[in-house]
Amino acid sequence: MLMATCLSDVFFADMAKATVEVLESVGCEVIFPEDQTCCGQPAFNSGDFPAAEKVSRYTADVFAGDLPVIVPSGSCAAMHFHGTQLLFEDKQDTGEVESLAGRTWELFDFLVNGLGVKKWEGELNKRIALHHSCHTRGTDTGAAMETLLGSISGIELVKVGTPEQCCGFGGTFSVTFPHLSGEIGQVKLESVLEQSPDLLVSADMSCLMHMGGLAEKQNMDIETRHAVQVLRDVSLASQ
Amino acid sequence: MSKSSQPIDDFARELSRETRDAVLSSVVTRTAGRKAKLEADYKDPDLLRRLAGKVKQHTVEHLDEYLEQAEAALTKNGAKVHFASTAESARETILEILRNKGATRMVKSKSMVTEEIHLNDFLEKQGVECVETDLGEFIIQIDGDTPSHIVQPIIHKNRRQVAESFEKHGLGAYNDDPQTITHRARKHLREKYLQSDAGMTGANFVSAESGRIVIVTNEGNARFGMAANGLHIALVGIEKVVPRDKDLGLFLNLLGRSATAQQLTVYTQFINGPRSKSQPSGPKEMHVVFLDNGRSKVLASKERDILRCIRCGACLNVCPVYRQTSGHGYRAVYGGPVGAVLSPLLAGDDFPKYADLPKASSLCGACHEVCPVNIPIPELLLRLRSRANKEGIKSAGAPPMAPFARMATSPKLWQTAMTASRAMNHLPITMMPIQPLQAWLKIRTLPKWRGGEFRKWMKERGGVNSGGRNE
Repeated sequence: MLMATCLSDVFFADMAKATVEVLESVGCEVIFPEDQTCCGQPAFNSGDFPAAEKVSRYTADVFAGDLPVIVPSGSCAAMHFHGTQLLFEDKQDTGEVESLAGRTWELFDFLVNGLGVKKWEGELNKRIALHHSCHTRGTDTGAAMETLLGSISGIELVKVGTPEQCCGFGGTFSVTFPHLSGEIGQVKLESVLEQSPDLLVSADMSCLMHMGGLAEKQNMDIETRHAVQVLRDVSLASQ
Repeated sequence: MSKSSQPIDDFARELSRETRDAVLSSVVTRTAGRKAKLEADYKDPDLLRRLAGKVKQHTVEHLDEYLEQAEAALTKNGAKVHFASTAESARETILEILRNKGATRMVKSKSMVTEEIHLNDFLEKQGVECVETDLGEFIIQIDGDTPSHIVQPIIHKNRRQVAESFEKHGLGAYNDDPQTITHRARKHLREKYLQSDAGMTGANFVSAESGRIVIVTNEGNARFGMAANGLHIALVGIEKVVPRDKDLGLFLNLLGRSATAQQLTVYTQFINGPRSKSQPSGPKEMHVVFLDNGRSKVLASKERDILRCIRCGACLNVCPVYRQTSGHGYRAVYGGPVGAVLSPLLAGDDFPKYADLPKASSLCGACHEVCPVNIPIPELLLRLRSRANKEGIKSAGAPPMAPFARMATSPKLWQTAMTASRAMNHLPITMMPIQPLQAWLKIRTLPKWRGGEFRKWMKERGGVNSGGRNE
């Protein structure tokens, strides 16, 4: 089952389509439960745990069953398998929530470590700066993304300085603390631009939306793509 | 840009670019140095962090037993042990110790816990001269400033500002050469050591097993402070206890590398008690004042993990928010991620005054990743956010979540809203109906609204079903 994320719902239709096409191209049948909405992270991060619990339980219900749930966002995936541990620590009746946590995969982790896809056919002659989103710290997503993108001939992966630095998005943080958020993003953007990449790529659309939005406002020239869009585009080009 | 009314956001906006850049470049260098040093010296530094975290968590969870053990060992070694439940009682205890000896001139080595109880101001009012002997703290003191970093108190100052302060306070004509500044401070402080009749320190660790106190410095000032006079007073937070001497190897190796990318600080002192008969110098009298000041309450809370902290400052260095604010943005003695957890907790009934600090984080988790005792700081920030929410503490500029939860649990409403959102493509910025959107758009653009597009595409492919819900 695909959890497309609320940002795909609102803005990033193409990224969600790319996710479907990439999963299908490696032999998956993709099911999209129509009633899906959001992982509940905005409420969770705001400290409104009762609201987050409602959304989280609702989402667990939408994705009930035994199929793996694939999320093209390290952040939303982490809400399922990490955030819920805190949210439900003293709660009863957590079977569905735990089941969803156990079946949730971040997309690249799923492709490489779940399905064993280690090589992506095709060619793309571009310098790519990889942004590892904060919520994939300590997970296998970063290495998985490097494995697949790095296997495409012609791609040069460049390291971005201050890898520890957040993009400044942080969900509601970006609007509640607008100056901090913008300046944090600026530090990251400058590290990225130092490498003069052709593309800025991440496994999280939210970071790209923030950095891309900051850059565009300043007329900076930087193109952002979700890593799965790169895979899809490479496949399309080689057909 | 209009004010967000979040104090730390306003502080960052008003902070001079010069100060921001000084802080940023210093901590970015420290962060890279820390990582390089740990990775060069250990095959699996992460394993050490996790082990140290477990040892400290165990200690914190058995703190009453270890404190008793430490008290007995210290007493056996000849030190006098005091327990202070509040900042006020700690100040009074220290004053009484000084009065009993007729001491009026005290030299101090660097100690955040003495900052926490505002000891200098209090003692000065009681006629006791307090002289900070750590160079950074000395500069803070002559400027009437407060530390902006746990380890590098003057991270917000540059050498020109220091040279100006020295000139103003009669420490020589303007000269911003760091070596000259250091020599002048040294000359000034040597006199102060010789005139002193008491030496004050904190402690980095206290071994419950042996009663050994460990103090680390890079300037040797704590040694001078104790060699020059007959009275040593150590003020120690109760969480500084570790079970055994052999645990110190683990913690000292992590502390130096995490704090300053040093294998070990230049001076590491193990103090076994007051001067023994065979020793030619050193304090004849030693007092250890254990400070609670709200720590027991933290211990009883679900945020108790924060008491593992060994004050290395690595979380400050790596924190994207700290990098924009310095410690002063946190309005409390402890800044950065550890301060955002600790300050609201230590504030006790004043929790609402600091409830904004745990929210001033993108929850990026960099702090957790570098913490030498593996404190899950983002989780603790979330716990405090939840507590603020439960206590009904309002947060300026924060979007309300109840409407979001209603939408996100009503699929028809959600899908209608998604499709309707495409109307946003035709609205000018000032017409954007939602305040958070306006805040976003002041410094960023948004992508094109494409609500409903993916769902329509997916439906046409036949990949949509109703999911697991039983309606």
